[in-house]
Amino acid sequence: MLLHLFAALVAVSTAILIFAGGLVTSTGSGLSVPDWPNTYGWFMFSFPLDKMVGGIFYEHSHRLIASTVGFLIVVLALWLWRAEPRAWVRRLGYIALAAVITQGILGGITVLWLLPKPISISHAGLAQLVFCLTATIALATSRGWCQAYVRGGATLRDDRVLRQIAIATTAVIYAQIIAGATMRHNQAGLAIPDFPLAFGQLIPPLWDLKIAFHFAHRVGALIVTALVLATTGHVFLHHRGRPELTRPGALLLVLLTAQITLGALAVLSGLDHIVNSLHVVTGGLVLVTSLVLTLRANRMYFDAPRASWREAA
Amino acid sequence: MVRPFKKSTAAAVLALALGVSACGSTQQEAARAADAAAVTDPVDPATAGSVTGRISFEGAVPRPTPIKMASDPICEKQGAAVTETIVVGADGGLKNVFVYVKDGLGNVRFPVPAAPVVLDQKGCRYVPHVFGVRAGQPIEIISSDPTLHNIHAIPQANREFNTGQPVPGVPHRHTFSTNEVMVPFTCDVHRWMSAYVGVLDHPFYSVTSEAGDFELRGLPPGTYTIEAWHEKLGTQTQTVTIAGKEARTVQFSFKAT
Repeated sequence: MLLHLFAALVAVSTAILIFAGGLVTSTGSGLSVPDWPNTYGWFMFSFPLDKMVGGIFYEHSHRLIASTVGFLIVVLALWLWRAEPRAWVRRLGYIALAAVITQGILGGITVLWLLPKPISISHAGLAQLVFCLTATIALATSRGWCQAYVRGGATLRDDRVLRQIAIATTAVIYAQIIAGATMRHNQAGLAIPDFPLAFGQLIPPLWDLKIAFHFAHRVGALIVTALVLATTGHVFLHHRGRPELTRPGALLLVLLTAQITLGALAVLSGLDHIVNSLHVVTGGLVLVTSLVLTLRANRMYFDAPRASWREAA
Repeated sequence: MVRPFKKSTAAAVLALALGVSACGSTQQEAARAADAAAVTDPVDPATAGSVTGRISFEGAVPRPTPIKMASDPICEKQGAAVTETIVVGADGGLKNVFVYVKDGLGNVRFPVPAAPVVLDQKGCRYVPHVFGVRAGQPIEIISSDPTLHNIHAIPQANREFNTGQPVPGVPHRHTFSTNEVMVPFTCDVHRWMSAYVGVLDHPFYSVTSEAGDFELRGLPPGTYTIEAWHEKLGTQTQTVTIAGKEARTVQFSFKAT
């Protein structure tokens, strides 16, 4: 149980880190600390608090939170190595550790190389994967997962359609996040300045690369919406009695609504940095919620159910 | 049979390559500087003319926008400040317009001054806001502020750089090697800070005063394209021909957008 709670804490801290990273980009503070891993020559953890001003506040806070999350993931990987009997869950811990180290290096490189777009976009994309990994570990160590969501001796029902559509939804949400990161790091967030129309029309009357990135993200939102509606609709039609599916399904609908609203507000507010960063982290929450639903729909393909949760975790 | 490539050999080759590269780069810079210094001024003072003029602003003058410096208490203490994007003098002159000879000098080479141009960070603003420098001439960036600044130059033709200036009074020197009008400077700590430098391989440039005046002195006789650049209002060009010892006057007018 403690392991599960700790894994959940790590997942939540990863979400906070993504929000902090969103603030760095949204405030244009990515290069406000020109050196790495030091901060203006100071060792990162001894940098004076009174010097955390302007863009340094966002960038240095992001680095401190990232270091904390990195440390938590090290502890999580060690804990899994020592206490987790399932090899695939242990491996997830190692992968999360490798991913967060890579993420830190990408963050450093993107500063030292003056924000090259491919690196910055990779940094944004890998952040969401680290979130997915920590959330998956939290899920895999939970009581419900270990007992395979079986109640009263019933057997788990397979639903091939749900499995496939949930996997597709999660994959498309991730692709949409990458499209968003591409738009963001190409400074195309206001390339189409109105919403819901584009220059007053359904299809933009003029095109350049930035408008294309922006419009692709909007089209992506429509595809994601259709897939989320299909997945959750299927859950509520065919699995009404399975709370492990209906709960993330309902949450997914709420988060999607919030996410579309934030996307619209981001444009209408002229990319307000708080709105923009909430849009980034809510995108991650949509992804992880869809992932949880997908993993639960595919539960029978993982480890066998255990009678005791303690035994598993 | 292929012999295995030893790590030590690889490291030596890499070190040699880096050494040669670094050495080559330094030698090139030194050679360029020496070459530039060796050039004698090709302008004959006996025939040199000048182009003077004024840049005016037409239309409603936008109100100066106050700069919010609350994100850094040290900057905030400097007092109220306004943006320098459009600065119009009392008689309608437009300040901070970079005026220069864009074309007409051919392949004539001019000696490059060794003394640096100074860019100060003072009151959490760049002073001057717009300036010119010669390709190959150093810019000395100093900070008079007791706060942290980063100096981030974002050129297109030259090399981008971003460096911190944690200690006031310790200058950072940088030399642009290629003509570029203009290279923006920004501070990512204080996003309101901006400056622009025009990098040219000749000395015929000027930045307008609050009266909108400019002066290009010492021009050899010829026909020139004069460009006036403004950070928000864009560019305008005029062609002017000057004979020996002639002083010509040109006027530019930028309209409110």
